[in-house]
Amino acid sequence: MAFRRGGDTLEKLELIYKGAEAYLFKSTFLDTDVIVKYRLPKPYRDPLLDRRIRRDRTILEARIIARVKELGVPVPALYMVDPEKAIIIMEYIHGIRLKELINHANISTIETYVREVGRSIGIMHSAGIVHGDLTTSNIIVKEGTPYIIDFGLAQYSDELEDKGVDIHLFLRSLESTHPRFVDRLFKAFMKGYEEIVGSRGKESILEKVREIRMRGRYVEERRLRKQ
Amino acid sequence: MIILGIESTAHTFGVGIVRDKDPFILADVRANYIPKEGGIHPREASRFFATKAHEVIKQALEQARISINDINAIAVALGPGLGPCLRVGATIARALASFFNKPLVPVNHSVAHVEIGLKLTGARDPVIVYLAGGNTMIIAFNDKRYRVFGETLDIALGNLIDVFAREVGLAPPYVRKGVHVVDECADKGSKLLDLPYIVKGQDVSFSGLLTAALKHYKTGKYRLEDICYTLREIAYSMVVEVSERALAHTSKNEVLLVGGVAASRRLQEKFKLMAKIYDASVHVVPPRYAVDNGVMIAWTGLLAYKHGVVIPVEKAVVRQRWRLDEVEIPWRS
Ligand SMILES: Nc1ncnc2c1ncn2[C@@H]1O[C@H](COP(=O)(O)OP(=O)(O)OP(=O)(O)O)[C@@H](O)[C@H]1O
Ligand SMILES: Nc1ncnc2c1ncn2[C@@H]1O[C@H](COP(=O)(O)OP(=O)(O)OP(=O)(O)O)[C@@H](O)[C@H]1O
Ligand SMILES: [Mg+2]
Repeated sequence: MAFRRGGDTLEKLELIYKGAEAYLFKSTFLDTDVIVKYRLPKPYRDPLLDRRIRRDRTILEARIIARVKELGVPVPALYMVDPEKAIIIMEYIHGIRLKELINHANISTIETYVREVGRSIGIMHSAGIVHGDLTTSNIIVKEGTPYIIDFGLAQYSDELEDKGVDIHLFLRSLESTHPRFVDRLFKAFMKGYEEIVGSRGKESILEKVREIRMRGRYVEERRLRKQ
Repeated sequence: MIILGIESTAHTFGVGIVRDKDPFILADVRANYIPKEGGIHPREASRFFATKAHEVIKQALEQARISINDINAIAVALGPGLGPCLRVGATIARALASFFNKPLVPVNHSVAHVEIGLKLTGARDPVIVYLAGGNTMIIAFNDKRYRVFGETLDIALGNLIDVFAREVGLAPPYVRKGVHVVDECADKGSKLLDLPYIVKGQDVSFSGLLTAALKHYKTGKYRLEDICYTLREIAYSMVVEVSERALAHTSKNEVLLVGGVAASRRLQEKFKLMAKIYDASVHVVPPRYAVDNGVMIAWTGLLAYKHGVVIPVEKAVVRQRWRLDEVEIPWRS
């Protein structure tokens, strides 16, 4: 596959990830490494509906990435969006996923990263944006800075529930990847979050997270879903 | 081993008798409560059940050509479902168990929908899609339980199409010759209107779609056939999409459709198109066992009883919101 636009050609598309919704390719564009995210057409949807969904989600994801970047949160730079083709081209983040890093770097370094992630999420939540799939696999650390990726499930939302789910999912992924230091790391995350939203904001979200966890289903299933 | 099972969670009072050899179904008798108008009235349904119960049980024993003494245990659906309806089944099951001194086996209605689907289709380890009047769930077995991968955040798929059909005057009856009236109407439509498609992660939400579809209808500006078409396309596609995610994430290679809405041909077609991408097979529970029935309760009761699942009569209380993921499944590994 090759995409062209205004004479710029994507080179050496290399499929790196096959998801249910999208394929991700690594490529180069204007001499930089990029990620091409292509949302696949689905044969089971009415063609018009299919185009509408892929277009809307592409636009939403791109808008949110752009908006979050404006807020100063480290996320991939957006290079190109083609809603009709359902393609997003963004900066390739050269780094290591937090999920892998967490088992190799020392714990106080990880704490610094996680606190930074807490700040990023605090900034997003304050701006009415939720990530929707916040796990340690969706954070890539590059040169000491944790970048947040995968805004495919992100939404504009000011609901405490949606924000609580973000925090809960992150806690969940800490529990499954690094059970020994969950408490320390979650504290670090919440410290960063509190730096942005203040102590009342922090308390109310923690209350919500507790409530979500009490509902039970999240406790097991959400984690399973991520595996 | 012979088990008698009682179903009374919603609109059907059903008694099934099964054994642990094929053919396993010895009896299958049902009394269906059909509301004169509107949706189900739980109290009215429960009164109807109470008047029919005796006859249904008697007929089931006759059909199986056995006496109650030949039965090893009584299984009963204790939930989830409507309180008054559930209590009729529970009361009768408790009475039978104590009077005839039989063990009592608690059965979760949702688990029973799944188990009868597995039994009748031969699917081994599928992603299970449970689409009924009160439930919309994407399920897979993992580590001793059926786990919920996704579900509706508000109303169920069956509820969506039933309420819409009723509100626009297409129903009752909801199903004619095995085809839901919304499906029938949708087959005559073709134009996709602007109605909301709401998938949040692995979950779906139908209430906004219902409200928007009814609003479109009330303006009088759109053909009902096109509204039905759009409603159906969107609702079914949403369910297929979240099922696809579960299939991709679990790397399983079978899909099993259970629950009343599984009978929809259009829905099955969509699932087949999706499964093809993953080389997965699609299994559908036969329509007669897609809807509520006593056989599925008896069959699940049999599996449970063989693994020592029994409940003291005094503890056999109904649980209206009993989730299927709360149930340990010792008969699968
Ligand atoms: N900008 C990026 N830089 C480097 N790697 C990336 C980038 N974006 C995505 N990836 C890699 O591709 C993988 C999948 O990307 P992403 O999570 O965006 O896709 P997805 O379709 O949402 O997947 P899923 O549905 O499984 O969450 C990531 O886990 C990451 O390894
Ligand atoms: N052929 C069909 N096509 C589509 N939908 C159907 C068909 N037959 C039945 N249904 C729908 O199935 C639903 C009833 O299914 P079922 O009896 O399994 O559910 P329930 O007992 O009402 O709910 P639950 O199992 O969630 O407690 C109704 O919404 C009905 O309209
Ligand atoms: Mg992802």
